[in-house]
Amino acid sequence: MDAMQVKFLAMGIINGFAVGAIYALLALGFVVIFKATDIFNFAQGEIMMFGAYMAMLMSNALVGKLGIVAAFTLAFLISSFTTALLASICEMTVVRPMLGKPVLSIIMITLGLAFVLRGGVEFIWGPEELPFYKPFRDAPLLVQGVPIAEVRLYTISTSLILMGVFFLFFKYSNKGLGMRATAEDQETAFLMGINVKRIFTMSWAIAGIVGAVGGIFLGSTVGNLVPYLSHMGLRALPAVILGGMNSITGAIIGGLILGVCENLAGTYIAPHIGGGDIKEITSYVIVLVVMMIRPHGLFGTKEIERV
Amino acid sequence: MAVTRYCTRTYLQDQRIFPSHSAKISLTLFVIFLALLPAFAGQYLLLVASLCGIATISVLGLNILTGYTGQLSLGHAAFMAIGGYTVALTGEHFHLPFELNLILAGVVASIAGLVVAIPSLRLKGLYLIITTMAFQFIVEYVLLHWESLTEGERGIPIHAYSLFQLNLDDRSQQFYVVLVLAIAATIFTKNLVMSRTGRAFVAVRDHDIAAEIIGVNLAKHKIMSFITSSFMAGIGGCLYAYVYQRITPEIFTFMVSIEYVAMIIVGGMGTVVGGILGACFMTLLPQFLGLIFGPLSSAYPFMSGRLGAINIMIYGMIIIFFLLFEPEGLFGIWIRIKNYWKPWPFKY
Repeated sequence: MDAMQVKFLAMGIINGFAVGAIYALLALGFVVIFKATDIFNFAQGEIMMFGAYMAMLMSNALVGKLGIVAAFTLAFLISSFTTALLASICEMTVVRPMLGKPVLSIIMITLGLAFVLRGGVEFIWGPEELPFYKPFRDAPLLVQGVPIAEVRLYTISTSLILMGVFFLFFKYSNKGLGMRATAEDQETAFLMGINVKRIFTMSWAIAGIVGAVGGIFLGSTVGNLVPYLSHMGLRALPAVILGGMNSITGAIIGGLILGVCENLAGTYIAPHIGGGDIKEITSYVIVLVVMMIRPHGLFGTKEIERV
Repeated sequence: MAVTRYCTRTYLQDQRIFPSHSAKISLTLFVIFLALLPAFAGQYLLLVASLCGIATISVLGLNILTGYTGQLSLGHAAFMAIGGYTVALTGEHFHLPFELNLILAGVVASIAGLVVAIPSLRLKGLYLIITTMAFQFIVEYVLLHWESLTEGERGIPIHAYSLFQLNLDDRSQQFYVVLVLAIAATIFTKNLVMSRTGRAFVAVRDHDIAAEIIGVNLAKHKIMSFITSSFMAGIGGCLYAYVYQRITPEIFTFMVSIEYVAMIIVGGMGTVVGGILGACFMTLLPQFLGLIFGPLSSAYPFMSGRLGAINIMIYGMIIIFFLLFEPEGLFGIWIRIKNYWKPWPFKY
C-alpha cells in the first residue's frame, strides 16, 4: 500500500465514522426507549426525519434575521425541542396503552406510527427534494493531508459530545438513575417512588432529541431532504441488533462499526460486483452473519426465561 | 391471542371443520356466489377479486407462521418474490406450463424458507423480526441489481402456457384458478391447525420452552411452519406474476411485507377466517381510497401530489386503530355481532 492508498483508506474510515455517528445516534434512541419501556420503536427514522424538516423550516425562517451560525444553532435547538415534544406526545397517546402487549403488536403499532408521521411530513412538505440549509463549508479540510468534509467532523464531534452527555446523565443524575432503575424492573422502580410514566415519556423525549440531532446532521451531509430519508431509521436497526438491544455502549459501537463497514464496502466491494449501491444492504448482511454466530448481538446478554 | 368461539364437549366436536350446520350452508352459498361472480362482474371487479384471493393464500401462509407458530416475520414479500421470479424465469427460459410452474414456485420458495428457518431457530421475537427484515432487503436488492438474471427494474414479462388449455390471459379464468387455489389453501390451513402438528404450532407460540418440555420438537415444528408458510407465499407470488403478466421488484417491497402483517392484525391473529377478512380488507382499501381520491385529485390538482401521503397516513391510522381498540381484529367484531344477535331480543 502506498501513501495514496493509505490516505484513501483513512478518508473512507473517517467518512464511515461520520455515517456511523448518525447510526449510533439513531441506535441510541432505539436503545433508550427499549431499555426503559421494552418497546422497540420502528418510528425512530420518522422522528429523525421530522427533526430534520423542522430544522430546515426554522433555519429558512431565521436566516434572514440572524447570522448564519446563530440561525442554524437556534434552529438546531428549536428542532430538538419540538421533536422531543412530538415523540413524547406519540408515547402518551399511541404507545402507552400498548405496554405489556405481545412483541408483534408493539412493533406494528410503532410501524403504524411511522406511517402516520411519514405521511404527515410528506403531506406538509411534499414529496419533492428540498434544499437543506447548512452553515458548513463545502471545501474539505485537510487533516494530515487527508481531505475530510467539514460537516463530517462536526457530525462526529457533536455526536460524541451528545453521547458523553447522555452517558454522564445515565450514570450520575437522579433522573438517569431512575431510568436505569425502571429499565431494570418497572414494578420495583414504581414501588420505590419513581414516576414510571414520566420516565417513559422522558425516554421518548431523549430519543426525539438524539433523533433530531441525527436528522440535522444527515440533512447537512446529504444537502437536501426527502421523505425517503426516514429509511435511514431502518438501516440503523442492524446497529442496535449488532450491539445488543439492552446495551447503550453496544448501540454506539454497533453504529460506528456499521458506518465504517458500509463506507468501506461502498469503496472497495461495490466496483467488483457491478451496478447497485452495496451500501444499502451491507448492514443487513453483517447483521445476518452476526445473528447466526451470536443470537443476542455482540454485547447483549442472554435472557433467562422461566416456564 | 386467538378468539375462543364455541364451547365443545367432545374431541369429535372439536375436530369438525364447520362449527355448525348454518355455517356449512352459508359457506356453501358463499362459494356458489363466488363461482357465479364472473357471470355478472366486470373485468376490474374480477381483477380485484383475484387480488383478494391471492392475498388470502399468501396471508394464510403468514398466519401459520406468525399467527399460529408465533414466529414473527417481516419478510413475507421476499418469499412471494422468490416464487414469482421462479415462475418468470422457468416460463421464459424453459416454457414450462402454468400447472408445473405453480408447484415449482411453491417448492423453490419453501427451499428459501428452509434456508431462512435454520439460522432462525435460535432467534426469537425482535431478533427474528430484524433477521427476516434483513432477508427481505437482501432479496429486494438482488432482484433489483442482478440484471443479467432479473432484468432489474424493467422486470420479466410472463407468457402463460397451460397443460389443460386454460386461457390465463382471461380475467375470469384467472379468477377461477385463484378461487380454487384459495379454497384449497383455506381447507388445508383449517385442517392443519386442528391437527396434531397445528396444536404443536400453537404450543410453540404460547410458550416455546414449555412446549419443548411436554415433548414438542421445537426445531422440527419451527422449520415445518417456515416451509409451509413460504410454500404458500410462493404460490401467492406465482399467481401475482400471472395476474399482472409482468413481474418487477416493486411488487414485493418491504411495504408489502408490512402490509401482510397488517392483514393478520386487522383480520384477527391466529384465526383462518380472520386472515381471509384481513386479506380482503387490506386489498380493497387502496381501491376504495382510489375511488374517493380519484375524483378529488382531478377536482383539486394541487392535491394530487399529496395523495400518496394521505394514503400512507390512513394505512398507519388503520393499523393503530385496530391495535388500540380492536386487538382481535375484524374476526373479533364479527363474533361480537354474532353473539349480540344470538339471544335477540333478550338481553341474555
